Amino acid sequence: MSALRFEHVTATFPRAAVPALRDVTVDIDEGEFVVVAGASASGKSTFLGAACGLVPHFHGGDFAGRVVVGGLDSHDHGPAELGRVVGVVRQDPETQAVLTTVRAELAFGLENRGHGPAATARGVEEVALALGIEGLLDRAVHELSGGELQRVALGAALAGRPQIVLLDEPTSQLDPVAGDELVWLLRRLNEEWGTTVVLAEHRLERCLGAADRVLAFSDGALVCDAPPRDFLQWAGTAAPLLATPGARLLAAAGLPAPAGVKEARRALRDAGLADGSEQPPAAETAPPRRRRFRRAGTGPDAALELRGVWAELDGGRAVLRGVDLRVGPHERIALMGRNGAGKSTLLRHAAGLQDPTRGRVHAAGRVALLLQHPGDYLMHERVADEVSPAVLQGAGLQALADRHPRDLSGGERQRLAMAVVTGDGPPPAVLCLDEPTRGLDRAQKAELAHCLRAGASAIVVATHDPEFAAQVADRVVLLADGEIVADAPAAEVLSGGWYFATETARILGGAGGALLPEEGAELLAARRRAAQEVPVR
Amino acid sequence: MITYRQGATPLHAARATVVIVWGAALAGATLAAGHPLALGAVAVIVGVAAARAGVLRPVLRASLFALPAVLFIALANPLLVRDGLTVIYRLGELPPLGQVDITLEATVAGLVLAVRSMLIVAVFALLAAVIDPDEVVRSLRRVSFRGALTAVLAMRIAPVLARDGRRMALARRSRAAAPPTPTTRERVAVVRAVTTGALDRAVDLAATLELRGFATAGRVTRVRRPWSRHDVGVAASAAGMLSLLAVAVAAGAPRVDLYPLLTLHGGALGAVIAVAFVLVALAPLAARRGVQR
Repeated sequence: MSALRFEHVTATFPRAAVPALRDVTVDIDEGEFVVVAGASASGKSTFLGAACGLVPHFHGGDFAGRVVVGGLDSHDHGPAELGRVVGVVRQDPETQAVLTTVRAELAFGLENRGHGPAATARGVEEVALALGIEGLLDRAVHELSGGELQRVALGAALAGRPQIVLLDEPTSQLDPVAGDELVWLLRRLNEEWGTTVVLAEHRLERCLGAADRVLAFSDGALVCDAPPRDFLQWAGTAAPLLATPGARLLAAAGLPAPAGVKEARRALRDAGLADGSEQPPAAETAPPRRRRFRRAGTGPDAALELRGVWAELDGGRAVLRGVDLRVGPHERIALMGRNGAGKSTLLRHAAGLQDPTRGRVHAAGRVALLLQHPGDYLMHERVADEVSPAVLQGAGLQALADRHPRDLSGGERQRLAMAVVTGDGPPPAVLCLDEPTRGLDRAQKAELAHCLRAGASAIVVATHDPEFAAQVADRVVLLADGEIVADAPAAEVLSGGWYFATETARILGGAGGALLPEEGAELLAARRRAAQEVPVR
Repeated sequence: MITYRQGATPLHAARATVVIVWGAALAGATLAAGHPLALGAVAVIVGVAAARAGVLRPVLRASLFALPAVLFIALANPLLVRDGLTVIYRLGELPPLGQVDITLEATVAGLVLAVRSMLIVAVFALLAAVIDPDEVVRSLRRVSFRGALTAVLAMRIAPVLARDGRRMALARRSRAAAPPTPTTRERVAVVRAVTTGALDRAVDLAATLELRGFATAGRVTRVRRPWSRHDVGVAASAAGMLSLLAVAVAAGAPRVDLYPLLTLHGGALGAVIAVAFVLVALAPLAARRGVQR
């Protein structure tokens, strides 16, 4: 039976020149796990908005066609009524919390639906147990981390046991561990509760393994509707930017695209390419502090040096615990770790926005910092007012000089914010970036990585995205609870772990330190040659 | 910004309606009497209650936030009010005020007004810090849907905007050409950017409310919970405070006549009422058991 049906839906936002959805017809069955793919502004969010009634009831604009959700026609029922059958989790968890405590937040939807106190209390307990957030029930919402808040938002969406749950990039603010946990949690809900899941995501490698079906959008039109493997096959030729690293790796080896790591490994095994003689890079043993300090960096003249830096909050909790870090000139470092590990705090200390409680920070020149939300830098009414004309030209944004900064796309906004922090003087000694890939699609990420590699400054980038880290960084520093737990070349750190590893490294088991599909393809080609050269006895 | 802080104290544990009445009794005492004894009693109660509830710092901060307005009242009153008889300084002709004589009565009245304003701010800051707003919204919703909707939006948008403002101020500091201390123009730019973003934030919050069915919800079922010892204690304290207030008003002690001549009334009876008021207000806060959430 159909859980969600679109019939020739075309939607245009108010004052928009072109439709955000064009003639979309799709039928999603009950109990399906559907991933929605596409570049930024391709229509994914509008599709989800139309599925929950926000488009057009809340956002307005022109709307043609028909959307039927759980048997309710969105023409006749607004978002509040559709909310009985649809739970929605949107991108920004901060604006999804309405009340002050987690318990009240989970109970809110149930109370609105007319559940009595006993049924509400039971619903809250059940959803909290299902999501593993029972320990958070009496916590204040403003105290929660991004990952915890996202789980609470999911709990609030699921508390009424909706038939369908719609999620718009819910993992964009989560570390790889929390992101993977969320996807598998959705799969479990899908299997055990029979909930239909529709998940829009940029990092497809994270969720295709759990999906039954993929819908791909381009310029508002549905351009592919297929099972994950067929989608990847299609993407390989029609939309290469949507192909996962695993698919690109296997395509280079002439093998069919896999929907996940397990499938990819099986394909390699079947093709006789699974075992090679390459050793993974030596796992770093925890070195004594001094030795670790000496080996970090590239020479005596560091671009940035942190010595024994402690950062303690007013309540006494230490966010950084004696961090030693040395960044050489032109060195590119990726800073990784779970949400709350201390990455952003470290960057703020590096840029001099925060003083250490103890320890010392020394920089060889200006340290520029691009914070998580590029929109925070844009304070004027025109793009041209944000930076000088020369800087605008350098950023390739002169054509947008008269636009309002808030009307720029995610990638353009990112570029403008970067131009704001780097300015028009000599390049900064160090450019720090805090989660710069949030909300960017693969093309925008590749462009950013290229831009960072081409720059003259040393780079320290805090990121949850191992693929981006592998593209940009020479060295990866892993933080946990405010301490550096690994500091080694990228090939070593990103090929040796499970969560903090690229998909290519996971497929190849870290062999040869290959992190990116191109490196993995070379390694597979070498294996193939070696296999062909083995003399037959 | 003062926000609710969870805690394990009698004021946190008591139900919101009871604590509101308790706070209203304090505010009533502040407004009803300008006598230093009465104002001192309220100040002691607010200070001790805030300290017991672990919110002394935010309450003090909120009170200090009101300081400029309070100082303005204290300074403006002697210049503008000409009802007192005891002239302590003659300023002469001051355009556009004309002949200005500073009188003892107007000066004291300005101070009383200022202290009252400060105490009212402190009382409401204390209530804001110890009363669970979710409980208030739930109660309010039974009375007024629109009122509750506004309360929810205001309650959530304020901390979200405060966080946006902090982030933007940090972003301003990390701009390439940022001076170490922001100019007024830059501060205004941050405020303007936060205000511009407020609309987007409010729309997002409203969308969330819509999706959670707030618009179509019927009357929320009242959750009947038994009265705890803290509910009873704080309610009895509020009733006691209101009774003492009624006695004080009826007896006219402690009372102050500000104009035309400054006169303090009350004497021993006023002191007894003030001490009793303090003891009755603070009595339920002595409980240590049964407050853990």
